[in-house]
Amino acid sequence: MIRIPCPHCGPRDHDEFSYVGDATKVRPADPAATSPEDWHRYVYLRDNPRGAHLEYWHHIQGCRAYLKVLRDTATHEVLASGRPEDALEAPR
Amino acid sequence: MAEYSVFSLVRQALSGHKGWIRAWRDPEPKKSYDVIIIGGGGHGLATAYYLARNHGITNVAILEKGYIGGGNVGRNTTIVRSNYLLDGNNHFYEHSLKLWEGLSSDLNYNVMFSQRGVLNLAHSDGQMDAHARRGNAMRLNGVDSALLDRRDVQQLYPYLDFSENARFPIYGGLLQPRGGTARHDAVAWGFARGADRLGVDIIQNCEVTGFERDGDRVTAVKTSRGTIGCGRVGMAVAGNTSRVAQMVGLELPIESHVLQAFVSEPLKKLIDGVVTFGAGHFYISQSDKGGLVLGGDLDFYNSYAQRGNLPTVENVMALGCAMMPNIRRVRILRSWGGIMDMSMDGSPIISKTPIDNLYLNAGWCYGGFKATPGSGWVFAHTIAEDKPHRFNEALSLERFATGHLLDEGGKGPTPKLH
Repeated sequence: MIRIPCPHCGPRDHDEFSYVGDATKVRPADPAATSPEDWHRYVYLRDNPRGAHLEYWHHIQGCRAYLKVLRDTATHEVLASGRPEDALEAPR
Repeated sequence: MAEYSVFSLVRQALSGHKGWIRAWRDPEPKKSYDVIIIGGGGHGLATAYYLARNHGITNVAILEKGYIGGGNVGRNTTIVRSNYLLDGNNHFYEHSLKLWEGLSSDLNYNVMFSQRGVLNLAHSDGQMDAHARRGNAMRLNGVDSALLDRRDVQQLYPYLDFSENARFPIYGGLLQPRGGTARHDAVAWGFARGADRLGVDIIQNCEVTGFERDGDRVTAVKTSRGTIGCGRVGMAVAGNTSRVAQMVGLELPIESHVLQAFVSEPLKKLIDGVVTFGAGHFYISQSDKGGLVLGGDLDFYNSYAQRGNLPTVENVMALGCAMMPNIRRVRILRSWGGIMDMSMDGSPIISKTPIDNLYLNAGWCYGGFKATPGSGWVFAHTIAEDKPHRFNEALSLERFATGHLLDEGGKGPTPKLH
């Protein structure tokens, strides 16, 4: 079990959460002015790193808030967590 | 190298099995090759085999970072089928299934392909309709399928939950009689031996660390065993595709996820074919050694760790017990995790890339094993002819930019759901 520190509820088991996905992708601000290439990049292309991965989780069976998590995809270790608008950095 | 046959077996038996020679060589890498295949899994080996067999290209190296059979080709549930709805997938997987049917004799290696039938259960009228539609699509493409009602299924598998209080009553199912299972290690070993016999160099413990570029071409592959020059490069490293692609600056529509699978203690003959649950993601068959081989969903988060988490284990077992209550007291012997290339539409990519002489074979999601021979066949064609085979035209990398997606489940660009 991965323990995810929810900024509102404290550390909880990951099966209370629903995984949302890559948090580095930012939806184009002006859809009408966005090129197909930029939409393609936003909708489909992913860095998919082995190591620290910035991602959204949804505390669906807890406080129902979305949160941002920095997690190592090779070890499953959670490096940092916060609210979606927070800038997360790995400790150290 | 000697053919395997009943005569060679008798001869070896009489001499105490001391005369068997290794099935493939262990060569030092040459300075350069016409084609380098990165990844010595099933797909890479099959590609090299068909490059030599179908296209006469034998100056080929397979670079494998570990050992043959140590990656995802040894980490699957060995199911083979071609029961797809969409033409682009259906034609491709049916081609692969046809190759499976002749594979043992083609390779002179028993891959233990057993056409025991793959049955997808349905638990509602809506699901029966969906199965009828998919079964009809298969038949229109010349693929065998049979829509079974509840009684048909009960005759085949009387021990599934047909009780009055079943939470998900069985309405029927879609059967593909020509589907089945194969021995996964034998597939890797058979293709490795076959490719080696045709002159392909299989280089193990050789991890790719980078590429040398000249504009839009790759000129050499940097590895842990030195730099190797190349004419063309094929990449078949599902699970780690994004990492290798990053070395040439390609960003791909792929996420890596961990998928677990399980084997039970060995039992006497219990389940004939492959059965999949329709009210949750669960599939089961029985190996020739007697172990039940089963699996379910991904762990649902990006992962490169070849191990999963317990909530998924619990979920898979609960689904299994709901479908087939007589396995409640069976003990699980072992479990493992494999890293899946989850593509953005749930279908694979066998394609040219923006780099002139680099070709991509990736995005296999849950389903790479069954595609092994077909994937090798069309990927070899793509590399040799510098254009896709008609069976992988639809599996291009550009389809994500052009909108020609192959989304069997209609789930959208959410890799974990495919």
